[in-house]
Amino acid sequence: MPDSAQTPHTNEPTRVWPAGGLQAIPDWVYTDPAIYQREIERIFHGRTWNFVALEAELPEPGCFKRSFVGPTPVIVARDTNGFHVFENRCAHRGAELCRPASGKATELVCPYHQWTYDLAGNLTAVPFRRGIKKQGGMPADFKLAEHNLRQLAVTTRGGVVFASFCRDLEPLEDYLGPEILADFDATFDGRPLQILGYYRNTVPGNWKMYHENLKDPYHATLLHAFLVNFGLMVAGNKSAMIVDASGRHGTMASAKPDQPMVDEASKQEMRAFSETMTLNDTRFLEYVREFTSPWSVTMQTIWPNLIVQRELNTLGVRQIVPSGPHEFLMIWTMFGFTGDSAEMTRHRLRQGNLMGPSGFLGLEDNEAMKFVQEGVVRSSTDVSYIGLGGTEEGTVDHLISEAAIRSMYRHYREVMDL
Amino acid sequence: MDKSAGLKGFAATQVPIDAARIARFEIEEFNTAYAATLDAGKVEDWPAFFTDDALYRITGRDNADADLPVGLVLCEGIGMFKDRALAIATTMMFAPRYLQHHITNVRVLALDGEVITATANYALYQTLVDERTTLQQIGRYYDRFVRRDGTLLLQERHCVYDSLIIDTALIYPV
Ligand SMILES: [Fe+2]
Repeated sequence: MPDSAQTPHTNEPTRVWPAGGLQAIPDWVYTDPAIYQREIERIFHGRTWNFVALEAELPEPGCFKRSFVGPTPVIVARDTNGFHVFENRCAHRGAELCRPASGKATELVCPYHQWTYDLAGNLTAVPFRRGIKKQGGMPADFKLAEHNLRQLAVTTRGGVVFASFCRDLEPLEDYLGPEILADFDATFDGRPLQILGYYRNTVPGNWKMYHENLKDPYHATLLHAFLVNFGLMVAGNKSAMIVDASGRHGTMASAKPDQPMVDEASKQEMRAFSETMTLNDTRFLEYVREFTSPWSVTMQTIWPNLIVQRELNTLGVRQIVPSGPHEFLMIWTMFGFTGDSAEMTRHRLRQGNLMGPSGFLGLEDNEAMKFVQEGVVRSSTDVSYIGLGGTEEGTVDHLISEAAIRSMYRHYREVMDL
Repeated sequence: MDKSAGLKGFAATQVPIDAARIARFEIEEFNTAYAATLDAGKVEDWPAFFTDDALYRITGRDNADADLPVGLVLCEGIGMFKDRALAIATTMMFAPRYLQHHITNVRVLALDGEVITATANYALYQTLVDERTTLQQIGRYYDRFVRRDGTLLLQERHCVYDSLIIDTALIYPV
């Protein structure tokens, strides 16, 4: 390999953004391993709050669950002092010590050599620390406190637990900004959450595509026949694509009218629209107005790893766990509220058919992202065109714009120095 | 959380051997026809395997073990079966694929008049154009059949999958 002698050995990408500014997205943001490494360092391990758990999953002291910050496995644990998040990597030999998805414990013990940690991630015991019969053992200057699990900063709001590798990050409220916080608080309105269950799926696409898909209201009116035909999100409904001041977060919002009306001009544009498509069972499109919000649907993209889904009455959080530039794991936690009647819970579960990797909408999104990744990996062209709405950025009060994607990439390029 | 117990309401009971043998044959015949219909892509014929008030759910074993009610797919009543079948057949966007269901280990758990409670293991293989065949999921059916005019129909089918991580999307019924 004659070239390698001249190539400097560095992880630093030597990429140049193409002409076309924010209307151009180069394929290498989705495919380059060096870019992916920089994303982990600067985004997931950088100045970001990352979703790790819902408080309802750890209802009392002694509870723990496995989670992730970016691709990095962490343990979320609760003790009498509150929530703790630390790396799931034994300080001794690096083993991922916690294996069950969740459980209850008074301490965490690495199965390999039984190094023992408390629920804050502090090392409390090491077997044969003093050796045996004055032989072996740890050095005299060995201090337990110097070998704790790597502990992250933790914050909570509305029953949602976030963690950060950054110890001096701004409070979550400032990180989200007032526009995003308003709809976050509308969903997590103080009612205690009831966990309804989990879905997990991989998507063979770059993790940023999931953000882009939910900052792209254009597709919602075109790809999803269900939304279009049943008036859930159609061009013409009162709607908005809200972006925070930093550009990284977003809320796709729509208000379902009582009588969905699609005008003739829009019908012509939307191939997915079918006059004849009707439902045998309309229960799962019903909207019980339970939130203090003008919106019946808000899909929040909270940078970098959280989606908050409030689609009518089906509620969930989705955690993005990237596993390389070409794939990510999506962990869905569906929930309701502890005060829900049995019938309300059934309604939420029925409406759950819209979302998830078998959802009427969810499966189409996953398929579409797979198609995009295959396109950017296999084709000879190397740039995508994001020109809907011209060069506008930030919040828009309609669905036919890609402004929010451009805002995200303005932020991304700053953080990534690209 | 007893992982060996399976779903609530599906405990094994003493079943007379002659009755179990007949029931088991009927279920094998039913499952073979069910698989043949889905594997042929005739999703709009799928609701006909169920009673009008049937319940169908696909969920992960983690949810089943923890008694969490969520369904990846949840159909309550024949209308929801028909709506899903129609959407798959006519409006939903996904890459074309072939499927094969391999259904084995039929176990009759209980007989109560014309109601048969049973389980069976399934493996669902998926082949996309240009891709290798993959094991999309393995799991177990928890079934409640009713015999109507000598023919079985499903009143309840819970598809509980061990393969907790779905590859991209699960399009067709299991
Ligand atoms: Fe979508």
